[in-house]
Amino acid sequence: MRAVSRIAASVFRESVRDRVPYNLVLFAILLISSSLLLGQLTAGQDVKIIKDLGLAATSLFGLFIAIFIGIGLVSKEVDRRSIYALLAKPISRTQFIAGKYAGLVLTLAVNLGVMTLALYVVLGFMTWGTSPELQSAWDAPGLDPALMKAVFLTFVQLMLVTAIALFFSTFSSPLLSAALTLGFYVVGQFNADLRNFDTVVDSPTAARLARGIYHVVPDLSAFDVKLQVVHGLPVPAGYLAATTAYGLLYITAILLVATFIFSRRDFK
Amino acid sequence: MPPAIRIEELTKDYAVGFWRKRPYRALDRLSLEIEPGEVFGFLGPNGAGKTTTLKLLMQLIFPSSGRAEILGRPVGDVPTKHRIGYLPENPSFYEYLTAEELLTYFAELFGYPAAERRRRVGVMLDRVGLGAERRLQIRKYSKGMVQRVGIAQALLNDPDVIFLDEPMSGLDPLGRRDIRTLILELRDQGRTIFFSSHILADAEALCSRVGVVVRGRLAASGSLNDMLAFDVRGWELVVSDLDPQTLVRVRPAARRVTEISPGRYALELSLDHPPERVLADLVSTGARLVSLNPVRETLEEFFVRRVAEMGTGARAPHAQEASRAGG
Repeated sequence: MRAVSRIAASVFRESVRDRVPYNLVLFAILLISSSLLLGQLTAGQDVKIIKDLGLAATSLFGLFIAIFIGIGLVSKEVDRRSIYALLAKPISRTQFIAGKYAGLVLTLAVNLGVMTLALYVVLGFMTWGTSPELQSAWDAPGLDPALMKAVFLTFVQLMLVTAIALFFSTFSSPLLSAALTLGFYVVGQFNADLRNFDTVVDSPTAARLARGIYHVVPDLSAFDVKLQVVHGLPVPAGYLAATTAYGLLYITAILLVATFIFSRRDFK
Repeated sequence: MPPAIRIEELTKDYAVGFWRKRPYRALDRLSLEIEPGEVFGFLGPNGAGKTTTLKLLMQLIFPSSGRAEILGRPVGDVPTKHRIGYLPENPSFYEYLTAEELLTYFAELFGYPAAERRRRVGVMLDRVGLGAERRLQIRKYSKGMVQRVGIAQALLNDPDVIFLDEPMSGLDPLGRRDIRTLILELRDQGRTIFFSSHILADAEALCSRVGVVVRGRLAASGSLNDMLAFDVRGWELVVSDLDPQTLVRVRPAARRVTEISPGRYALELSLDHPPERVLADLVSTGARLVSLNPVRETLEEFFVRRVAEMGTGARAPHAQEASRAGG
C-alpha cells in the first residue's frame, strides 16, 4: 500500500508541476465571465444556465485531464526511460499500475473538487443577488446540494475513462491511446442505442457488431444526471449506488486486464 | 552460500520487421555465476547483448528461455530488490524533480522513515558530488550530472548486489576517476558488482573477473590473469647506452625497435629469440639493461580477436533456430 500511495503522490506532483491546475483558472474565468454576461442578458434562467454550463465544463475539463494525462501515465515513463530505475525498486508492476491510477484519480478529485467549489461560489453569489420572489420561480434552489450527485457521478465516469486511458497506454502509443479512449468515450455515450441497433439496420452483421460493442463498451450516459439535477428532478440514492457499483466493477475489470498486459510487457 | 548472481542458459529472442516475422536473437544461452564480493566486468561491443542481459536480470524484459537468480531468488522477486541497486544505461529521470526529491521518492519506495530518508539522500548526493546542486531540477543537469544521480539512486539502499550498465558513460575524466574509486570502495566493502562496459581500461582497472559477450554469445569468461597471462607473445627489452653498430647487429632479432631517447631503445623480441641471449650480447658491448618484460595480449587485443573469431554468423544460425521453433 505504501508503494502505491508513493507512486500516486508522484503522479499528483507531476500533474501540478506540469501546470495541470491552470485549467482551474480557465474554468473560473469561464464561469465568472459567463455569470456576469448572463446576468445582463437573461431573467430567471441565469442560475439554471450557470448550473448547466458549470457542470458541463466540470465534466469536459475533467475529461481532458483523464484522457491527456491518462494516456501518458505509462508511455511517458517508458519513453523517458525513467521506468527502468523505478521498476528496479521494491515495487511490483501491479503496484506501479495501481499507483499511477490512484495518482490520476487523486488529481481528478482535487480538480473536480475545486471546480465544484467555484461553481457553488458563483451560484451563491447569484442567489445572494436575487430576490426571494425570483428565487421561488427557480426549478431548484441556487445552492442545490443535489448538484453534488451530478458531480459525483461525473467523477465516477471520469475514473472509468481514466482506467480506459491507462489500459490503452499499457500497450499503445499516446496518440493511439488518445484516439481509442476518445472513441470509447464517444461510443460509450451512445451505448444504449447500440443495444437495439437491429431495429434500425437491416444487416445482421452490423447488428451483431453493434451488440458486441454494446457488451464491451461501458454505458457512459448512465453517469450523466446533469439534466435531472439542473431541472430539480429526483435522482434516487439507489440509482446512484447501482451506477457507482457498475462503474467500479468496470474499473476493476479494466485495471485487471491492464495489469495483466503490463506485467508481461518487455521494455526494450 | 548461493552465488550472488546465477544465469542459466538465458536467451532472448525478438521478433523484428514490420510484420514481426523476422526473429532476432539478442542473447544466446548465456550462463554465468558471479560469487559474492566479485567485481565482474561484462564486456562487449555495442549491440552485443550487455544491456539485454542487464534488463533480463532486472526483469525489464522477459527471457525467451533460461533462468536467472539474484541472491538465490528468481529475478523480479520484490523483497530481493531491497538488496539490489541498478544503474540503467544512459539513465533518465523525472526532469521536473530535483535530485533530492528524486532520491527521497525512491527512498520512500524502500520504506525508510523520514529521518533515515534525509540521512541517506544527503549522504548519497554528497558521495556522488552533487551536494551543492541537490535542489536544482534534473532538467538543468548536464549528462554527467544525470549519470551521477543515477549512481546515487543505485546505491541509495546500500545494496549487496549492484548492477551498473555503462557506469562511465557521459562522465569526464574526473568523473570516471571518482566512479572507479567508488567501485573499488564498494568492492572493499564486500559488495558484488556486475558492470557492463565497452571501455576495456575500466575492466582492467576494476574487475576480478570478466565475461566477453559478442553477438549475443558469451565469447570468453574468467579472470583477466587467466584470460591473458598464458598468451605471452614475446619480450620487451629496454636498454640504454646502446651503440649504433650493436643495434644493427641485433636488429634482425627484434620485431620492432623504438628509440625512446638517444642511446635508449625498446626492442620487441619474438618468442623465437630468447631474451637472455640477446641481452647477453648487448651487455657485452656496454649496453645497460633498463627493463625486461613479457609482452602479453592486452584485453583490447583479446577482445578484438574474439570479436573477429565470432564473425558475423554468430547470430544468424540461432535466429534461424528461433524461426523454426516459433513455427
